[in-house]
Amino acid sequence: MMNKFSGKVWKYGDNVNTDVIFPGKYTYQKMEPEEMAKHALEDLDPGFVSKVKEGDILVAGKNFGMGSSREQAAIAIKYSGIKVIIAKSFARIYFRNAINAGMPAIKSPEAVDAIENGDEITIDMKNGKIITKNNEFTFPAYPKTVMEILESNGLINFIKNKIKKQEDLCQKKQ
Amino acid sequence: MSKTFVEKIFTKKAKKDICAGEIVSVEPDFVMSHDNAAAISRTFKKIGVKNVKYPERVVIILDHEIPAPKESSATNHKEIREFVKEQGISNFFDINNGICHQVFTEQGFALPGKLIVGSDSHTTTYGALGAMSAGIGRSEVASIWATGELWFQIPETIKIILNGKMPEYITAKDIALYIIGQIRSDGADYKAVEFVGDIVSHISIAERMVLCNMAAEMGAKNGYVQPDHTTFDYIKERARTEYETLYSDKDAKYYKTIEFDISKISPSIAKPHTVDNYAPIEELEGKTIDQALIGTCTNGRLIDLEMAAKILKGRKVKIRTLIIPASWNIYREAIKKGFIEIFIDAGALVLNPGCGPCLGAHMGVMAPGEKTFSTANRNFKGRMGCREAEIYLGSPLSVAACAIAGKITDPRRFL
Ligand code: SF4
Repeated sequence: MMNKFSGKVWKYGDNVNTDVIFPGKYTYQKMEPEEMAKHALEDLDPGFVSKVKEGDILVAGKNFGMGSSREQAAIAIKYSGIKVIIAKSFARIYFRNAINAGMPAIKSPEAVDAIENGDEITIDMKNGKIITKNNEFTFPAYPKTVMEILESNGLINFIKNKIKKQEDLCQKKQ
Repeated sequence: MSKTFVEKIFTKKAKKDICAGEIVSVEPDFVMSHDNAAAISRTFKKIGVKNVKYPERVVIILDHEIPAPKESSATNHKEIREFVKEQGISNFFDINNGICHQVFTEQGFALPGKLIVGSDSHTTTYGALGAMSAGIGRSEVASIWATGELWFQIPETIKIILNGKMPEYITAKDIALYIIGQIRSDGADYKAVEFVGDIVSHISIAERMVLCNMAAEMGAKNGYVQPDHTTFDYIKERARTEYETLYSDKDAKYYKTIEFDISKISPSIAKPHTVDNYAPIEELEGKTIDQALIGTCTNGRLIDLEMAAKILKGRKVKIRTLIIPASWNIYREAIKKGFIEIFIDAGALVLNPGCGPCLGAHMGVMAPGEKTFSTANRNFKGRMGCREAEIYLGSPLSVAACAIAGKITDPRRFL
């Protein structure tokens, strides 16, 4: 995970649900993340996928990602190029899925109100800052476990590292 | 210090004092998954451990696309069967069992005081039996398979008190839709919800399951009903393991308490395209509908089929009507009680137990411009496979009345 991101904003409203982020009809199809990304926000903004650029930032209203537990809704967004999501609030499972996919999900209602679609903004993860054209907003640091997962680029890598560390330790003891 | 149910369960699991807001890593008692177990097994293999750490805690129930509608689903199922064999997972339920949440409960995994997670958002359902149960993502399930544990943020708790006298034509589903209409779809985001009050202690396990199932639609991490004699009667013959019942302390600290008097509510409907888009049925009387759907993990239990049978008996449906018992046990019971015959005589299609058209991956798909009135828990755009179609949600009584009339109709007319 990088410490600082700058990018163009894609802004959406409240209650963006998992069915419009990643339609249910694809959930049981075997897909690689890159393929999932081709369907990101398909039922909300069909033009998104062809225009989004690596490093862009998603900004949304309250309750982003409500609905299903489908992880593809976080993975599709991540692989579409989006580096971070800022929302007024996140649905619980979506928040977990984003973190577990190694994609920061930042809650900042004030920043969302101040940011407009198409703005260029900067996010400073280390110091907990969102920097917009005219303003600066702060957000609280993540708890340690969450930060470690993000730094490992997701839960699976985090677990892999953890298992590896344990194995190394066992070997040393032997 | 006094504690809520959730704080207690995590205190017990973590073996140290835990309060709302903290993050802990603990070992769940059971981890449930369904057709998505194929994808999870692929992620599991990426982690690089050979064996599932506690195969006896893994429960896999095929229900989402059964029987397989296409080659890719069949391949998915095959992959799961192979994985289950290779890992020695004995709690595997193939396509002839029913919807995961119903089967999990019927089979005695849902027990008081258990910590249960599942790769499905309606895993909240098992709170009806006094368990702490929450939906999680696929990678999370893979990591539990590998390590046995997962991180949890302990939620604050909202107490929802349901008071009054429940009118005969009002079901748990009407209550749930009414509550969600009031507190909205994020009204309990990140929170635990406890359902208490006169109404709750009087309703059956099937109805408590509706409340806890729909807690997911309030954004809640889990729903919970305090175990009582109804609970113990239900699990007596089913419990798979020992369990320890946990209750909230009387003076526990709640984030919020909300009280509802449901004596005077109308049958409730959620209009397209959100579950909190509430309307009393009177407001929608006469709206034409193309398809009726009675079933799903919300309302496919025996009492739901009984309600539908009460209205369909001796009448004919005017629109396509799909009825899906939530499990094979329910199916068998419904046959014994004569409900299935009533449905067939009325001209309804009875489908095999499973998720059916609920998630739009299989059967009962709508054409653009069509409307379904369903007993499911979700009506998001595209949910049933067509983004230009509309989904209305209601109780089995309301949907059955609509099937007969061909349009939304107050079920009180038929009772
Ligand atoms: S019936 Fe519908 S809501 Fe319930 S588990 Fe199946 S797809 Fe999900």
